[in-house]
Amino acid sequence: MDSRKDYRAPLSQQPLTIEKPTDLTAIGGTITVEINEKKVVVPLGTTILDACKMAGISIPTLCHHEDLCIAGVCRICVVEVEGMRTLQASCAFPITAPIKIKTSTSMVRKARRHIIDLMLSEHYGECYSCVRNGNCELQTLAKEYGVDNYTFGHVEKPRYEVDRSSYSVIRDMSKCILCKRCVRTCIDLQEVGVLESIGRGDATHISTFLEKPLSDVICINCGQCINRCPTAALRANDPSDEIWRAIDDPKKHVVIQTAPSPRAAICEEFGMEAGTSLTQELNTALKRIGFDKVFDTNFTADLTIIEEGTELVIRLYKALVGKDASVSLPQFTSCSPGWVKYLEHYYPEYLDNLSSAKSPQQMFGSLIKTFYAEKNGVDPADIVSVALMPCSAKKFECNRPEMVDSGYKDVDYGLTTREMAKMIKEAGINLPEMPKSHFDNPFGEASGAGLIFGATGGVMEAAIRTIVEFITGAKAEDVFANANVLDVRGFEGIKYMEIPLGDTFGPVPGLISHLVPNWDWLKGATLKVAVAHGTANAKKVMDDIKAGGKFSECHFIEFMACPGGCLGGGGQPIPTTPEIREKRAKAIYAEDESLELRKSHENPNVIKLYEEFLTEGPCSHLSHKLLHTHYLKRGKYII
Amino acid sequence: MVKTKREGSVIFSEYKRGEAIKAALEKKREDILLELRESKVKGRGGAGFPTATKWMVVAASTAEIKYVICNADEGEPGTFKDRVLLVDYPELVFDGMVVAGYTIGASRGIVYLRGEYEYIRKPLEDYLESMRKDNLLGKNILGKEGFDFDISIRMGSGAYVCGEETALIESLEGNRGEARNKPPYPVNTGFFGRPTVVNNVETLAAVSHIVVKGGDWFRQHGTDKSTGSKLFSISGDCELPGVYELPWGTKLSELLTLVGAKNTKAIQVGGASGICLNKTQFDRTLAYEDAATGGSIMIFNGSRNMVHILKNFMEFFVEESCGQCTPCRIGNVKLLEGVKMIESGEYTFDYIEKLMELGRTMQVSSKCGLGQSSPNPFISILENFKDEIFNGNGGYNG
Amino acid sequence: MLILEKNAMTEEIEKLVEKYGPERSSLLPILQDIQRDHKSIPDFAQQEVARLLDIHPVEVFSVISFYSFLNTEPKGKFIVRLCQTITCDIKGKERIAQAIERELGISFGETTKDNKYTLEFANCLGMCDQGPAMLINDMVYANLTPEKAVKILKGVK
Repeated sequence: MDSRKDYRAPLSQQPLTIEKPTDLTAIGGTITVEINEKKVVVPLGTTILDACKMAGISIPTLCHHEDLCIAGVCRICVVEVEGMRTLQASCAFPITAPIKIKTSTSMVRKARRHIIDLMLSEHYGECYSCVRNGNCELQTLAKEYGVDNYTFGHVEKPRYEVDRSSYSVIRDMSKCILCKRCVRTCIDLQEVGVLESIGRGDATHISTFLEKPLSDVICINCGQCINRCPTAALRANDPSDEIWRAIDDPKKHVVIQTAPSPRAAICEEFGMEAGTSLTQELNTALKRIGFDKVFDTNFTADLTIIEEGTELVIRLYKALVGKDASVSLPQFTSCSPGWVKYLEHYYPEYLDNLSSAKSPQQMFGSLIKTFYAEKNGVDPADIVSVALMPCSAKKFECNRPEMVDSGYKDVDYGLTTREMAKMIKEAGINLPEMPKSHFDNPFGEASGAGLIFGATGGVMEAAIRTIVEFITGAKAEDVFANANVLDVRGFEGIKYMEIPLGDTFGPVPGLISHLVPNWDWLKGATLKVAVAHGTANAKKVMDDIKAGGKFSECHFIEFMACPGGCLGGGGQPIPTTPEIREKRAKAIYAEDESLELRKSHENPNVIKLYEEFLTEGPCSHLSHKLLHTHYLKRGKYII
Repeated sequence: MVKTKREGSVIFSEYKRGEAIKAALEKKREDILLELRESKVKGRGGAGFPTATKWMVVAASTAEIKYVICNADEGEPGTFKDRVLLVDYPELVFDGMVVAGYTIGASRGIVYLRGEYEYIRKPLEDYLESMRKDNLLGKNILGKEGFDFDISIRMGSGAYVCGEETALIESLEGNRGEARNKPPYPVNTGFFGRPTVVNNVETLAAVSHIVVKGGDWFRQHGTDKSTGSKLFSISGDCELPGVYELPWGTKLSELLTLVGAKNTKAIQVGGASGICLNKTQFDRTLAYEDAATGGSIMIFNGSRNMVHILKNFMEFFVEESCGQCTPCRIGNVKLLEGVKMIESGEYTFDYIEKLMELGRTMQVSSKCGLGQSSPNPFISILENFKDEIFNGNGGYNG
Repeated sequence: MLILEKNAMTEEIEKLVEKYGPERSSLLPILQDIQRDHKSIPDFAQQEVARLLDIHPVEVFSVISFYSFLNTEPKGKFIVRLCQTITCDIKGKERIAQAIERELGISFGETTKDNKYTLEFANCLGMCDQGPAMLINDMVYANLTPEKAVKILKGVK
């Protein structure tokens, strides 16, 4: 019996099986097609949609998304192919013969208009009251095709109850047009498997296992579905009204921390080309909106490196010197709340491998309401702590019941890039025109290492810069050209790197000298690390570890729930495509290189924090109380 | 189960179990393909694709694993001839599958039997077992070294769309029966991504006869473009409903006489997804080139309400659409709403014309055959029975 | 579900998976067997099938919801499916439906209180020449009259 274990989704949703030849000069490698009577040469197997793009002809799409496999279900992209009785979905038609294509015949135009009319007849999207007003693909198409009335009627009442059960994602299926992008995102791209088509015929709709609310199923809150939804059927749980209320309340001391990825992407919300960091403009804008203090999450990213790095050193020392078999290796990063929840559900037996260090957001949360409150004489009860994040899972994370180590809710609100942009616009501020300003103290300065947390491989690179200096005593710049650890960068799904530690070591830095006496026990050792982004890739790594494969030999693995890492997060501007992710990454790495301070352990504020507040050093009692956490064995069963 | 002997010139003609397998194994594979091409036999399920072409593509593939699938998901309203074939003539169907396996180089055949026919599963399993005993299935069939082939039965679970070949394959693979994008076709990328021949029950039965009696013999029946004969499932208002084998080219009026239909007002040719013809069209012939059908012929006499009939068809499609593509999922709902408007008299001619246009869009823009043909009854009934529906007595005429 | 019931269910599904193979393509045969024996596919069974085939529970639920003959809600011991397609319709389906409804005291779409009968409409059963027709579980009955239909129904064991 044949099987198809490697395919998870139906074949209709798989990439085309016709292989594109890599050598275009080979006979038959290319093919000449006629598009609207213009000849175009394309590689064999190119879809009509891509061929049209190459010829500068735009074809409307809805169910198509560059990150996802083909569906061919919305039918908006149909074109005429000479000799074929029916119209063909251009996104799903691989060119294997010299066909003649027409993209704007009366039949095509009529069909597209009909399809839009049909969608509008069932789409309960009252544009004025819709969060995607102005950035809705259906709305755009309706405009392009001159829809000025509802030909086939219009739903008068919402057909489904809105599911607001999740801290992160709101599902409003009355707005769904069944493009199934969310299904393909959830099952194929992320391998989480929350959403699928339910029912048949006119009763078909997207839903969860047994139609349960999102909070009751295995949703990891990554929000990738939101980023790919063409309408507002999926949207983030927006806390901006509560935040405005806090800002308007003179008794409240409202502080915000900003993560690196939103800063590299928020420009897109203001009509700018992707890839421009507006970090310092944003600082000014946030102050003008009314935030009392603006802090840099990179500061706690640096802190994370110290805590997580120390934890790794302790684990290695215990395992290698103490021969302690109970030590779990490889150590997994814990900054991505989507990943953490994924592991809690799917691999709960590996929770001990997860670093107990909190994510930078939550570290900041507990420091603000303890260290900062004390230092500045503010009553922590009056502090409202907001986190600007590229992430929808951060909304869930700050609501985890254990995240109250300061004695209060450590972080009050997680705000996405999109919601922040909306608040800025609401305040009448044109962000790109803002003057630049710096972050506020006492967390004002942060390193480039903290900054690159935003890109896949960034946490690992930051950790490597610090660990290599800690252990070998050499400068990271002398080990890696310009301190850039290129092997862990880039968008390859899974990255692997070996770092031979050699046998010349430096002294153990004072910060951790009470934990390990020297480095001699690492003589000749090779540090093995890996990086995976997108939970589908995480699953591959985890299954390999389970099977005792190459990744089980690793010491440290960075996992990010979202493709591309945080810069591709579920709270980032829509659309997010491979090209846009690349530009955001470029902006982040460029900013890192422009900084003088590029290593977490050199951050003077971090050093000061350990001198003044966490005096017992990293992974000590107080640091464990405030900066570390524990996890929940959730498992896969849904009750 | 009691087997009924029937009469007919091709399908129901004399045939002994295993004959086709024996004949095929004595031939070279290419010769079987040539014989099929000579016969000009086309798919009996309704689409009418030349069977030889289908087989040749798969036979030419160098893939190691290939599949033969017998499409027994007979769900088209008004058709039941596959059930009759499977109950009364299983040898024709299964021998045809073995011949297909031999010709294209497959070693596994699957019958996708609709869930509604669960009660004939056991007799079919027993029949397969007897074939295994006689070495008509299994290893080195009839002593032919290296030719292994076996057939298993898989059940559907009540989904009309699974009769569409790619939806059927999806269903076999454990998925929702949602049609795939074509190209690639199952002959290239079929079951588990392997080259796959999917044939209707009746096509495979015809193949068994062709292999034994030759393409020339087959071609002597029927018309030039529609060779052989066809099983018609006759139901509705007539005295003698049932399965009839008639040569292609038979006039509808001849058929009406044969089955004892009186006062006939309408004939639905091709099932719910077919077209509805009025009296002035009864001299049309049953053939791929004229009134094509996978076998379903439903007869309605003067007492029937055409709007009621149309509503029944459209309700069927609203429910049975797989729901993945926009034109079919929502389009059928709109057409049904239109029929209800006509029924209640709350329509405008302008809106009905818009729905007719929508129907024509569905015919060309739906993803699979279901949505491409579901507007057929809407368009043909409203066109061919316009007078009685809009100008007469709301769908009735005397 | 009680733990004992759960364990029995798990064991049963493990056997089915062994019989059909742990691939996704075994999903329908497995679900069909569970449906036949339990008249529905309970929540827990869906999750167990998903676990053993290494797919997501929602995918199992999605497939069940697609096929008319699979269901997640419990149904009666005898599922009666009366053909509603046009040829059975014009031969008197409606009168048969009414007769059955009167006799059992429930409407189509419902299950009797004693969980013996569930009434449903089905699309074409392929008995168009002998309509009206109905299925009771796997068995087909044709050429129905209201009287005959009720008699058959009362007689099933």
